[in-house]
Amino acid sequence: MRLGKAPRAEETGAFVQCQNCRKTLFRKEFEEALLVCPSCGHHHRLSGMGRIDATFDPDSFHEIDRELSSLDPLEFPEYREKLEGAMKKTGMNDPIVSGTAQLEGILVSVAVSDFSFMGGSMGSVAGEKITRTLERAASGGMPAIIFCATGGARMQEGLLSLMQMAKTTAAVQRCREAGVPFICIFTDPTMAGVLASYASVADVIIAEPKALVGFAGARVSKQAQVVKAPDDFQTAEFVLKSGMIDRIVPRREMRSTLARLVRMLGGGMT
Amino acid sequence: MAKSWKEWERPLLELEDLLAKARAALKTAEPEEMAQAEQKIADFERRRDNVVEVLYSRLGPWEKVLVARAEPRPYALDYIAAMFTDFIELDGDRRFGADHAIVGGPAMLSGRGVMVVGQQKGRNIQERQFRNFAMAKPEGYRKAIRLFEMADRFKLPVITLVDTPAADPGVESESRGISEAIAASIMKMFELRVPIVSVVIGEGGSGGAIGIAAGNRVLMQEHAVYSVIPPEGCAAILWRMPEKGAQAAAALKLTAQSAHEFGLIHEILPEPFGGAHRDPAAAAAIVKDGIERHLADLSKLSESELREDRYGFYRKMGRFNEVSRV
Ligand SMILES: [Zn+2]
Repeated sequence: MRLGKAPRAEETGAFVQCQNCRKTLFRKEFEEALLVCPSCGHHHRLSGMGRIDATFDPDSFHEIDRELSSLDPLEFPEYREKLEGAMKKTGMNDPIVSGTAQLEGILVSVAVSDFSFMGGSMGSVAGEKITRTLERAASGGMPAIIFCATGGARMQEGLLSLMQMAKTTAAVQRCREAGVPFICIFTDPTMAGVLASYASVADVIIAEPKALVGFAGARVSKQAQVVKAPDDFQTAEFVLKSGMIDRIVPRREMRSTLARLVRMLGGGMT
Repeated sequence: MAKSWKEWERPLLELEDLLAKARAALKTAEPEEMAQAEQKIADFERRRDNVVEVLYSRLGPWEKVLVARAEPRPYALDYIAAMFTDFIELDGDRRFGADHAIVGGPAMLSGRGVMVVGQQKGRNIQERQFRNFAMAKPEGYRKAIRLFEMADRFKLPVITLVDTPAADPGVESESRGISEAIAASIMKMFELRVPIVSVVIGEGGSGGAIGIAAGNRVLMQEHAVYSVIPPEGCAAILWRMPEKGAQAAAALKLTAQSAHEFGLIHEILPEPFGGAHRDPAAAAAIVKDGIERHLADLSKLSESELREDRYGFYRKMGRFNEVSRV
């Protein structure tokens, strides 16, 4: 399995340390638990491919649009360096990995985000990949499943990034018209421009436990607040309580939950 | 780097003050002083025009931010009063509460009914609080959705006037789903079977702006700005120095001219000499003309063509490579 790097990259031995409770864990056990701490239940971040392996039928993923890569249309300070660094680190062109996969035999259009690529930020490439994922679902009669892990819109592409909010949201509307379900999963973190666009208009919204979910950066919110923020502010638990999402599903139950949903909401093609 | 519009325009404001005093003096001048007083006014006018010319012919991105935020700049309700007749403000989201950062309702535009939705700033402390600095809460976007739906039902073209620093970022807005409200408002705009013309009249502040800006046609005033993040916020992230807003404004390419170059807006609407706030009536006439021209164009499209036109405009937004890098 390609679950992504262990909580600490430099730890390559048989043991890893939980980022939350600091317990030392057997790497094998930890990976078998899909990077969920067996002791405290903390859900560590998965890489893009790790998420796909952890969720969909083995070897069923077919990647599309991998060749899409970013330009630097604004000639923004340090953007090229940041992009090149992220590409070298992850071997990817963008945080979004997209294509088709099967979920208990049902063909679905999927996209997952890898937070380790520039904080999963949405620029022109991510917006295009998400849009194509939704359009493929609509035109192919497939359910769409998207896993978010993002700080929001990519600042370095300026207004072009902001416009991806409109573009991707419009594509969700296409899915609605085509009668194909769109299921969105908020993983840690799901923020700002992505949360305020396609992610929040999904038919079904699921979050992983304790995922950070919010519109404004915590600093901005706390500055602006007149009302004191509750302790669980901007967490999956908080947005569930606020009525903004459908349910919180632990990682080990995600696959079966999604499979049941797509089977009931829209069969798709097998 | 000037921090406010007032600071940046100070030489101009001082001249305008002197000019006003000279004009007042003329009214009480003795006959033998008349010629001299008139000469003085003409002098001040010439000097003022020179300063306007100097300041406004080379507006950098940061100066545009300052002008877009200027307190005397016409706001949504000023444009509504100048461009439409019979505006009747409708309020409430019918779910939670009233929001005064977003205003809207039906109005007449040159004899035809339209639905107008705009973001409204305030000019003094009380007004600013009442309008929440034009930062709409979820109920504001949900009111907008209600008005968009009504426009669709009664076949009224929609005009949106965009002018907000951002959507409200507070705890209450989060708990009532500010993200969902913005996303749902964007999506609603894509569902409409009537023409939508959106005009950025001041600050197009990130998600808060696009929440009501997804029109068939998007126009920007010459000195308006439109950005994914406020320049101060960008500077704080890039250099940990919010005061480097000017550099960040340049990096973000947030001007109407850049937005037009990138194909993200249809047209730049010129502003009167010295900015919209120097001649609000002339500014409104130009905006009104722009809206009417684009509405006339869109009136040729069928309901389904209008939706395709809107989808197609946003669909092509983005700049990327599509060849494998070896
Ligand atoms: Zn643990």
